[in-house]
Amino acid sequence: MMGRGRFDVLVLGAAILAGLLKVGGAAWAQSPTPSPVSDDAVNRVAKKLYCPVCENVPLDACDTPACVQWKEEIRAMLGEGRSEPEILAFFASRYGMRVLAVPPPRGIELGVWLIPAVGLPAAALWLALRLARWRRGTPAPETAAEVLPDEAAQALDRWARENW
Amino acid sequence: MRDGRRWGVWVGLGLAMAFLVLLGWAFIERGRTAPTRGPAPDFTLPLYEGYDGGLGISEFRLRDWRGRVVVLNFWASWCKPCEEEAALLESLWRSYRDRGVIFVGVDYLDAPSAALAYLRRFQITYPNGPDVGTRISRLYRITGVPETFVVDPKGEVVFYKAAPIRPGELEGILDSLLAPRN
Amino acid sequence: MEAALGQGILMLAWGLGAAGTALAFWAGFRHRPVWGEVARRIALVMAPLLSGLVLLLVVALVQDDFRLVYVAQVSRRTQPLFLKVTALWGGQNGSLLFWSWLMSLFLFVAMARPRRIPGDLLPYVTGTLLLTQTFFLTLNLFFANPFEVFLAPPADGRGLNPLLRHPGMIVHPPLLYLGFVGFTVPYAFAVAALLAGRRDDLWLALIRRWALVAWLFLSLGLLVGARWAYDVLGWGGYWGWDPVENAALLPWLTATAFLHSVMVQERRGMLKVWSALLIILTYALVILGTFITRTGVIASVHAFARSAIGPPFLIYVALVLVGSLALLAWRWDLLRAENRIESWLSRETFFLLNNWLFLAIAFAIFWGTFYPMFSELLFNEKLTVGPPYYDQVTGPMFAALYGLMGVIPFVRWRRTPGVALGPALGSGALAATGMAALAWGLGVRQPWALLGFALCAFAGWGTLLDYGLGVRARRRATGEAWPVALARLVRRHPRRYGGYLVHLGVVLIGIGVVGSRFYPQETQRTLGLGESLTFGGYRLVYQGIRQYVPAAEPDVTVTEAWVQVYDAHGRPLASLYPYVLQYESGESLTPPALRATLKEDLYLLLSGWTEGGNRATFKVFINPLVSWIWIGGLVLILGTLVAVWPAPLPAPQRLPVGQPVREQPAVP
Repeated sequence: MMGRGRFDVLVLGAAILAGLLKVGGAAWAQSPTPSPVSDDAVNRVAKKLYCPVCENVPLDACDTPACVQWKEEIRAMLGEGRSEPEILAFFASRYGMRVLAVPPPRGIELGVWLIPAVGLPAAALWLALRLARWRRGTPAPETAAEVLPDEAAQALDRWARENW
Repeated sequence: MRDGRRWGVWVGLGLAMAFLVLLGWAFIERGRTAPTRGPAPDFTLPLYEGYDGGLGISEFRLRDWRGRVVVLNFWASWCKPCEEEAALLESLWRSYRDRGVIFVGVDYLDAPSAALAYLRRFQITYPNGPDVGTRISRLYRITGVPETFVVDPKGEVVFYKAAPIRPGELEGILDSLLAPRN
Repeated sequence: MEAALGQGILMLAWGLGAAGTALAFWAGFRHRPVWGEVARRIALVMAPLLSGLVLLLVVALVQDDFRLVYVAQVSRRTQPLFLKVTALWGGQNGSLLFWSWLMSLFLFVAMARPRRIPGDLLPYVTGTLLLTQTFFLTLNLFFANPFEVFLAPPADGRGLNPLLRHPGMIVHPPLLYLGFVGFTVPYAFAVAALLAGRRDDLWLALIRRWALVAWLFLSLGLLVGARWAYDVLGWGGYWGWDPVENAALLPWLTATAFLHSVMVQERRGMLKVWSALLIILTYALVILGTFITRTGVIASVHAFARSAIGPPFLIYVALVLVGSLALLAWRWDLLRAENRIESWLSRETFFLLNNWLFLAIAFAIFWGTFYPMFSELLFNEKLTVGPPYYDQVTGPMFAALYGLMGVIPFVRWRRTPGVALGPALGSGALAATGMAALAWGLGVRQPWALLGFALCAFAGWGTLLDYGLGVRARRRATGEAWPVALARLVRRHPRRYGGYLVHLGVVLIGIGVVGSRFYPQETQRTLGLGESLTFGGYRLVYQGIRQYVPAAEPDVTVTEAWVQVYDAHGRPLASLYPYVLQYESGESLTPPALRATLKEDLYLLLSGWTEGGNRATFKVFINPLVSWIWIGGLVLILGTLVAVWPAPLPAPQRLPVGQPVREQPAVP
């Protein structure tokens, strides 16, 4: 991976599928000195963040050097007594909305929620109205059954209808 | 009523076409690579405190430095290969700053404390700042770090490398850009 | 040698495919059945040609013929033989050839028995299938050629991507491809019926089984994919709402809607346009999903390497979507309903509701998957739409589907007298309440989880009750013993009871999903040798660690920890060996060690070590009820097999007009 002598996000994509990427031995190992903030507390926050280096992998499952660093940052912030919303807001302001697992329902990000929230009930309403109209309506004029050309066609027709 | 249904189909077709256009556009966007020639995209980079390179600014706006040669370097403190070029970049800055070349470090997806520690460790003095919201790195379509762009006085990208800079690589370009035109 | 031969055969197949496509459509439009027959025979030739190509590539892989670029990309000398063969679908170009090959097999099976295709549809079916085949051959020949050669071949290859060396990943793509390719056949029939202007619905009757077979493979592909993610990726889950997972789920949802709508069409002559639309949509989603997976348009962890297949694929997506929708609009009047809804409380209304829910779920997932793309293009804002969105938006709709599943066995076509529903719904409500009470007793407190379990019980009860009533009725009529009555009942009505068996499988999956989604526990702890951690009623003791290079795969270093698991009373339960694979290429994998029970999975990861292994960091997940997902998956497959088992088409000469068709043979 380091063959080209650089940190390549594209190649990373494949590696991160594994959930973990190890560069050397030490970079990804947990800090040996026990910290007052537990790994679990860090992971609880990290679960809600997505580091752009590993797209679509939650931060808690990603161990690239960048992600390890982010997790240490979370640990430090938790150690300073900062709350989870504060930490999330900090990461969002610094690295962009994309680091949040789900966009907050405001601004441009509203669209992701708005369309399902409005569109789906609207579609349901439309369906109900259609059904009501359909119920009142008269059946379509009976279309003449197609004349089947030969015995083989008739047999096929019967087989398809009776066996299925 | 039948016409109404047909109308629905055409709306569906229209939406499908619009989606296809977006899909094609996204595909083209994905295929585009870093600007290696032509105008360098403009950006504003807020600088880390004390890292204005003596320019007396708090944020670096590329457009304001038209007429100067700008070396744009994308890096991160968690990036091992970046360390290979850090000292070299600093020494180049020191030797070229008096001739009007500006070095700018764009810090990609980095924790502030780790970034500052990295800057101190390599005694970096040229302007550096965080890429807030990864906007600059997306403008330059970087695929990783380090990546280096050289922008000439006319604001055009004249050099691009997606790997650590090696000794002797930048000098030639900088010298030729600085040479008085005949 | 292989390369030249391969190129030659590929060109021949491509030429034949293109000519056959043109010929078939021409024969259809001009009513020249003889030329249609010629096109059909051309279609039959595809399977042997592509089998030859696949064989050539496999031979090249096995013989380490690194003159071929593809072989060097996905294989290496030390690769075990088995993995050399499966490397056939381990890279872009090979997997596209593999895809073409599967397509040609489907083509062969579909076209080998022309008696099963009405004469006026035959040329169009042939043409549409050959068009698809030719499209993939175009990719194989011009854009992703697996027979490209090096001018100067390397001494050894790069080897197969580590992620693809797991058995799950070896079977997952072929199953998914089979599902994807399988939908080409129903799609071809739909296009043919629209082109031929058939007023009747025979074509819909003919494709039901094809759709069900494709659906079976797609379901299998999704299940195996989920299992693979669970066993290999090491993040503790089986479904992450990744864009590529979503891309495979979308056609599954529309296909499931189709399997239901087609019943309404069959029994009541309604929803013909709708069914045709669903098949078109399913196929379009298959192609779209393949496009986004293979061109990396949507950022995903699954992304293939960038390649040249994007533009032709995009054109094909556009052709399929716009062409088919326009065709449907043109033929709209032919497919008008023969009947109308008579009552709100009727099976057709419920099926419409079911279809609406499936489509709404599909739309919500589509929207979440593509919204980041829209947002980046139109507003220059990169976003992530992660699991919380999908859980919150689709969760209630999935729940509603479970509600429908519990009711539907008792709702009749046309209209249902209220009294007929009473006892069934009453007992169902009782079962649901009982389940909720049981869950409460076991400590479940989240309202949504309680509702989820209750709905699963409601759906399961309704389905079982229908089985019970059927068996009882049969026993009354025949006096057979219970097991005999059950077996004969299912054999008599394979579609109904196979379908309900699928419902039971889905209920079990639902239980697993609710349990594991609402009550996962996890912790991460660093232990010294001999130290232990206590979590969720287990005590885990770190016993040791070792490192080795396996002889079969010299490019990987395995670091394996030994953890002894005890229960709360100190009784030993299991020895678990989580490990980390570090590849020379820099990639690595952390497969979990699992102790699975029906109650919960203990899922253990080794996520790091320091001081030469004296201290190691473990991630422990406790995932309740996950096993039920896999059990439910097996039930679902069994049910589909019951429903899909074919009856032979009787020879026409033995069928004097007016006489009933022979009794359907037994389901083995």
